[in-house]
Amino acid sequence: MSKRFLIVCRQPPYGSSFAREALDMALACAAFEQRVALLFLGDGVLQLAGAQQAEAIGQKPLDKQLGALPLYDVDALYADADALAARGLSDTTLALPVQALDGAGIRALLTEQDIVLGF
Amino acid sequence: MHTFAILVLGAPVSSQSVHTAYEFARAALAAGHRIERVFFYHDGVLCGNQLQIAAGGERALPVQWSELAGAHGVDLVVCVASALKRGVVDEAEARRYGKAAGNLQDGFELSGLGQWVDACLKADRVITFGP
Repeated sequence: MSKRFLIVCRQPPYGSSFAREALDMALACAAFEQRVALLFLGDGVLQLAGAQQAEAIGQKPLDKQLGALPLYDVDALYADADALAARGLSDTTLALPVQALDGAGIRALLTEQDIVLGF
Repeated sequence: MHTFAILVLGAPVSSQSVHTAYEFARAALAAGHRIERVFFYHDGVLCGNQLQIAAGGERALPVQWSELAGAHGVDLVVCVASALKRGVVDEAEARRYGKAAGNLQDGFELSGLGQWVDACLKADRVITFGP
């Protein structure tokens, strides 16, 4: 049996472990053969920034870990276009390809899901 | 009648969401709904720490969860990966890692994220509390 899971990431990559544990949740859902998508909102889009130097604060770089998602067949990554623009992020500065959505796109994505888990 | 899977992310005391989750579970059961499983993840795993002492002689939240679950046959599962990092261990894990004692509240069990996915598949309502 398979359901559509959407993991909503609203927290920045560091400062708390929410980003890391949301990623663990996404990977676990994929490992148990569920359909998984991730949606990055607000400061959550900062998780997607490339060239993170997390070692300087004793952490592992989250962008490298997000890079593991395609290995688990998770390639449905979405981000709020306005949040990306407000933080100066674009295709050239993102660590991995995401589909940018406007408000209507986000609403449509949410309604397609069976389960939405917010982090 | 609905079947719920409940995900608790917040830390007890620090986050109101933990108490809200408990009150929600109580209300749902009282209204005749079923709870497939409560899964404690992230800081929510601290809800399983039986060493918590509530102020003013009240019963600590882990005890309240445990009593509610016992009365209604609800599964209380603490994510083992999140729990070990935060110092919540059962007797078996305490022995494995050379700790003096386990501190997992009776009525809770340590298990993996697969238990959460399983609960999501069996439930028709999934609700997250916290951060």
